[in-house]
Amino acid sequence: MLKLPVYLDNNATTPMDPRVLETMLPYFTEHFGNAASRNHPFGWEAESAVDYAREQVAQLIGADPKEIIFTSGATEGDNLGIKGIFEMYAAKGNHIITATTEHKAVLDTCKHLEKLGADVTYLQVKADGLIDLAELEAAIKPTTILISIMYANNEIGVIQPVKEISTIAKRHGVLFFTDATQAVGKITVNVIEDGIDLLTFTAHKMYGPKGIGALYVRRKNPRVKVTAQMDGGGHERSMRSGTLNVPGIVGFGKACELCRLEMEEDTKRISALRDKLETALLKVEEAYVNGNREHRLPHVANISFKHVEGEGLLMGFNKNIALSSGSACTSASLEPSYVLKALGLGDDLAHSSLRFGLGRFTTEEQIDYTVEQITNTVLKLREMSPLWEMYKEGIDLNSIEWAHH
Amino acid sequence: MAYSDKVIDHYSNPKNVGTLDKSKKTVGTGLVGAPECGDVMRLQIEVDDATGMITDAKFKTFGCGSAIASSSLATEWLKGKTVDQAVAIDNMDIVEELNLPPVKIHCSVLAEDAIKAAINDYRKKNGLEELAFEEKGVH
Repeated sequence: MLKLPVYLDNNATTPMDPRVLETMLPYFTEHFGNAASRNHPFGWEAESAVDYAREQVAQLIGADPKEIIFTSGATEGDNLGIKGIFEMYAAKGNHIITATTEHKAVLDTCKHLEKLGADVTYLQVKADGLIDLAELEAAIKPTTILISIMYANNEIGVIQPVKEISTIAKRHGVLFFTDATQAVGKITVNVIEDGIDLLTFTAHKMYGPKGIGALYVRRKNPRVKVTAQMDGGGHERSMRSGTLNVPGIVGFGKACELCRLEMEEDTKRISALRDKLETALLKVEEAYVNGNREHRLPHVANISFKHVEGEGLLMGFNKNIALSSGSACTSASLEPSYVLKALGLGDDLAHSSLRFGLGRFTTEEQIDYTVEQITNTVLKLREMSPLWEMYKEGIDLNSIEWAHH
Repeated sequence: MAYSDKVIDHYSNPKNVGTLDKSKKTVGTGLVGAPECGDVMRLQIEVDDATGMITDAKFKTFGCGSAIASSSLATEWLKGKTVDQAVAIDNMDIVEELNLPPVKIHCSVLAEDAIKAAINDYRKKNGLEELAFEEKGVH
């Protein structure tokens, strides 16, 4: 049975797993205590629930529970991790290395720090979205304190060579922070094996609730500390003050546990569906996959359909299929995705892209339906596209002097 | 962002999609926008020499739903108008008719630009002086 509408925007957020909700519910009502209340059973209950969830969260990434700092989400984790290191290690240096395809929460944090005296290197990526390790190593200076490279990209799903990056970082005595928001829960992430010093992720990208995330901060080899960015009661080992979001934390813990137990099966099923979708859509003339297809999250595909504009394309089926586009006709800037542009894609291809994020609840019927809808809409819009007509007539679109506005 | 019913209608059933023979002296072609901006419109008119009446209009558009709707609407409005009347079509008329939100006003400006470019192409082909238009400069 085909269930509509189809949700294929799981990189934006995932639906909550009903099992997660069920675990959370008692913590809104009967177990409502403040985990910092040390003198009565309400507080004890809340504290023990948080302790248990902290173990579930830590276990998913191979960390010690003491290394988990609960945050409001990945954006806060990016801010706390990067700003916290910049402040804590100011005596050692002020240089940070990151990449142009990072999430805005990382890029804008770095830009903010530049105003405060940070020296930031933004590495270009190769055409497949991967960073160049030699370039990374060459960028390291005596003042470098942090390398911030995401685990996997939110738009194209490309997985960076995290182990190799951490080896380079260690060799130079530089800390390694990674935004693993899209990766944790989808692929195996292990902070020990991967050599990660700091890592941020969030519950709502892995079938947990919104408003809760975690920052992993390594406690030994080396012992890492971040300067708190929010002052208050000294919660979370004084790195993140604020009353703990107990129901959120409980849900996050359950979501992590489910991902850990079901990852293998989920990945097998979801990647098969992704491959089916991709193979079928690539049968459309002039359709291209953006980013490295080998080092890629199992549930993500980013495809450009030449000479069709992404937002116009979405309009053909967005009542029934939820997707996102690299085109940004709605935004004031009219600039297409900076991630796709960083791959060296022309603006026309960037404007023509769709991002597919499959998930735990995606069905095969939904994928078949999506293929049919998208194929039909692309063909229909190409009949309407002056660029497609010119392309078919063999006119080189680059030879035309466009009226840039 | 939700689209107005009229935008959806033009997008789903666009009027006058197609190509006129641009080598004909009676056909004026306007090609505006740029692929890197995410919208390109080509609008064509065919003019009856004797009456100055626009007898046919066609478009092809690469762009979002609002850009497609703006050009579809423009071709509908052009047919049956004289060239002089067509010059007077203002982008705000399109905005009003299609109920475009502020972020989509540039689509209507592009349609107006396309109309004027088509008219000027027709004038040029027929030895008439090109009309000078003010830049709207919204985008």
